[in-house]
Amino acid sequence: MNFIYLSAILFVIGAVGVVVRRNAIVVFMCIELMLNAANLAFVTFAHMNGNLEGQVIAFFTMVVAACEVVVGLAIIVTIYRSRRSASVDDASLLSR
Amino acid sequence: MSGSTVIFWLLAPMTVAAALGMLLVKKAVHSAILLAFVMINLAIFYIMQDAAFLGIVQIVVYTGAVMMLFLFILMLVGVDSSDSLVENIKGLRPTAIFTGLALMAVLTSLIARATTGRSVVGLEEANFEGNVQGLARLLFRDYVWAFEVISALLITAALGAMVLAHTEKSPEARLSQRVRSMARFRGASIGTAAGLPGSGVFARHNAVDVPALLPDGKPSDLSISTVLAQRGDVQETKSYALEGLPKIDEEDSK
Amino acid sequence: MNQSQNLVYLIALPLFSSALLMLLGRKADKWGHILATSVSAGAFGVGLMEFFAMLGRSEEMRPVTQKLFTWISVGNLQVDASLLLDQLSIAFVLLITGVGTLIHIYSIAYMSHDRDRRRFFAYLNFFIAAMLLLVLGDSYLNLYVGWEGVGLASYLLIGFWNQKPEYATAAKKAFVANRVGDFGLSIAIMIAFANFGNVSFHGIEEKVSGANEAALTAMGLMLLLAAAGKSAQFPLQSWLGDAMAGPTPVSALIHAATMVTAGVYLIARSHFIFDNAPDAQLAVVIIGAITLIFGALIGTAKDDIKKALAASTMSQIGYMILATGFGPAGYAFAIMHLLTHGFFKAGMFLGAGSVMHGMNDEVNMRKYGGLARVMPITAITFGLGYLAIIGVPPFAGFYSKDKIIETAFNAGGTKGILFGCAALLGAVITAFYMTRVMLMTFGGKKRWADDAHPHESPFLMWAPMAVLAIGSVSSGFLLYQGKAIVNWLAPIVDKHHHEHEEFLPATTITLMAISAVVIGVVIAISKYRGELSSEAPSEVSLWTRIARRDLLQDDANEFLFMRPGQRLTNLLVKIDRSVIDGVVRGIGSSAVGSARGLRTLQSGYVRNYALLILIGALLIMLAIWVVTL
Repeated sequence: MNFIYLSAILFVIGAVGVVVRRNAIVVFMCIELMLNAANLAFVTFAHMNGNLEGQVIAFFTMVVAACEVVVGLAIIVTIYRSRRSASVDDASLLSR
Repeated sequence: MSGSTVIFWLLAPMTVAAALGMLLVKKAVHSAILLAFVMINLAIFYIMQDAAFLGIVQIVVYTGAVMMLFLFILMLVGVDSSDSLVENIKGLRPTAIFTGLALMAVLTSLIARATTGRSVVGLEEANFEGNVQGLARLLFRDYVWAFEVISALLITAALGAMVLAHTEKSPEARLSQRVRSMARFRGASIGTAAGLPGSGVFARHNAVDVPALLPDGKPSDLSISTVLAQRGDVQETKSYALEGLPKIDEEDSK
Repeated sequence: MNQSQNLVYLIALPLFSSALLMLLGRKADKWGHILATSVSAGAFGVGLMEFFAMLGRSEEMRPVTQKLFTWISVGNLQVDASLLLDQLSIAFVLLITGVGTLIHIYSIAYMSHDRDRRRFFAYLNFFIAAMLLLVLGDSYLNLYVGWEGVGLASYLLIGFWNQKPEYATAAKKAFVANRVGDFGLSIAIMIAFANFGNVSFHGIEEKVSGANEAALTAMGLMLLLAAAGKSAQFPLQSWLGDAMAGPTPVSALIHAATMVTAGVYLIARSHFIFDNAPDAQLAVVIIGAITLIFGALIGTAKDDIKKALAASTMSQIGYMILATGFGPAGYAFAIMHLLTHGFFKAGMFLGAGSVMHGMNDEVNMRKYGGLARVMPITAITFGLGYLAIIGVPPFAGFYSKDKIIETAFNAGGTKGILFGCAALLGAVITAFYMTRVMLMTFGGKKRWADDAHPHESPFLMWAPMAVLAIGSVSSGFLLYQGKAIVNWLAPIVDKHHHEHEEFLPATTITLMAISAVVIGVVIAISKYRGELSSEAPSEVSLWTRIARRDLLQDDANEFLFMRPGQRLTNLLVKIDRSVIDGVVRGIGSSAVGSARGLRTLQSGYVRNYALLILIGALLIMLAIWVVTL
């Protein structure tokens, strides 16, 4: 049951990391951390409630996270190739 | 004091510390390693909670595939790449930290409210035939539609990555070898036919990033690989220039 | 009630002629005045015809009506456009068309040098039509149409020479002062409709005995306000002096004989209201008394001959209003004085016009003097009018004014003595200032400039003056012969044939009146017999200065109404600009400001957006936390 608290802490750390870090890949890694924290919560709830549906959802989450990582990193590589920089601050063309 | 409590109280602080470290370290590769550590800890937690299949999948897929993918990309982008610690958007860091702490407080309070008085049921009954069989029953019977959609998503993601990462061949690459050879021999100088000078030749150093010297003592920029220039690892070529050439003919005549 | 088919011609002929002259424009310049004058004479003919027909009928059968069309038919309000000709209105009809025709004839010669003579006649005809509609209307609403029409005609005619800004301003002043009175008439009509459900004279007369006195008093006061506006009574009298900016025939017709008497007509016509609301009647009497003294005092200090006559008009109408305030005893005498006044005042105005015509449009009496030798006909006709107005027997004014003073005293008690003495005082001052006018203009030595060549006026000008002079001489006697006017009007205003007790014997009052006249004349002769300077003296007493400034009415109006009004409009403009426009602009600028503030959120930095998402998530969590408390 304490796992849920752990999951909350990890989630928050990941969220803050998304905002604070500037390297796009590290931002991605923080997102992965958030997803993992959510998975932990699901598995804990499955354990608490006594059925496997939490695990099924965690399974799906993993699959989706994998796909997302693949596509996201491909995008980062493409941007890096054209702009020569991996900092998220440089992609600020939508500002005034 | 059961084993699971011990493992929890041993691993949980380390997990949190690793996550914090992932947030705070300068080099991106260090963040990746710390994240891998967190994921392995999580796998242990899954196994502890009777989610054996999921724990193994976590190690194999997440840590093994996804984190390795991260590391490959890091190497592509630049292993040394690091963030400066100076924040250039004003007020972002304090606001983010404050929001994070507030969120943590609210979440903790909500979880406490939701879980007090609840007893843990445990998965012995659900795992009666084994964890994999129980999962399979759910996946292929109750959630088969979601399963199929997720597979479609996987295929789409793979295709998308291929499309995004594909580079067009540069215009020179499309030309055939014969055409390229002819262009080389018809170039501006004989130097294009002979090839670029190697680095360190006729020089006092043997390193890849030290330029070769031309007959009049000046360093040749052509002798250093352009990859190094792109990576920013090239040295100042002027510092290798010779002040005066040694008089070979005079010594021989003596 | 008898029906007649002819009444509409009284109004339609002048109205049609006026429209024709306005629409044809310059093409009608050659014959416009002829048409206008003949139309006016035609209206007089129709009026005479109706009068003789009326004489031949018995008392109850005398009133005739003519319904033109149904005008308003909305719910409870049913108003027909109908005309009513009874004994009261026929007197006015004859006065308007008769004096009107004479003035038309006069104007042919007076305005002969004016390029816009045709337009002048068009306006004159329009005025005749509107005034006739006023006295022929059978309901307050129909009267109101005519009321407005004469106000408009007055404005157009006063400002006829509107090339001069002062004249245009005088026209505006007249219109605005009239408007204040018109407001009173509108309110009175509304009160009538609210209380009686009806606005026609006969309809209200039937219902008036059961009405509550407060409503009747309110209506009476509003009617008094309307009369004060139209007849230049206190406190709305300031426009009459300035109205002399118009051509002299206008002053004669409108501001002596007809329009300014519309107020008296209104009060007489509303006798059923006033007879049942004694407080309103008291107000009427007070206003009349104040105005008659007011006008007389102003008249003593004016050097402009027309303004002196205007002040005299104001005062004489004060007499008429005073008389109407005494109820059934006084209505007949008010009307009698109105008719005689029409003759002698119009005659004097035409005489003044003749003098001005001869003296090259000079109005300052200080520049006249000794004109009797050069303009004998004018002097004689003017002189007969003068004798009439001051009340020398057996001229017209003597009979009518004497009767009014008698009615005042016969009201009894302190009220009677107070107002009777006021009327007598007015008679003294009237005699004084009219003698002053006569002496300054026609008597004494000549004071005119060397380039002035005073001459007698042409026939078309002195003939109407002569006719009016005959009226000044004889009308009083004729009207009172055998109490003719009283009996004539009794079925209208005095149905119950009150017996009026006498407070003082009639001969005593007559003697007092005559002695008042003598006193006034003697004082005037002693002051103005000798040499007079041709410039107005500036070393004068305070009273003279106040009288020269129209007894400070203009200043009071300015102080009480104009300046606060200006300040109010300035304040409103300021409020409009700062508050209302400020709110509008404030909405705009706050939108812009908030947009500018919100725009900083769009920094372009992904991390800012991520932070916003995080904050959003925090807020949602907070909401859930609060909701599940």
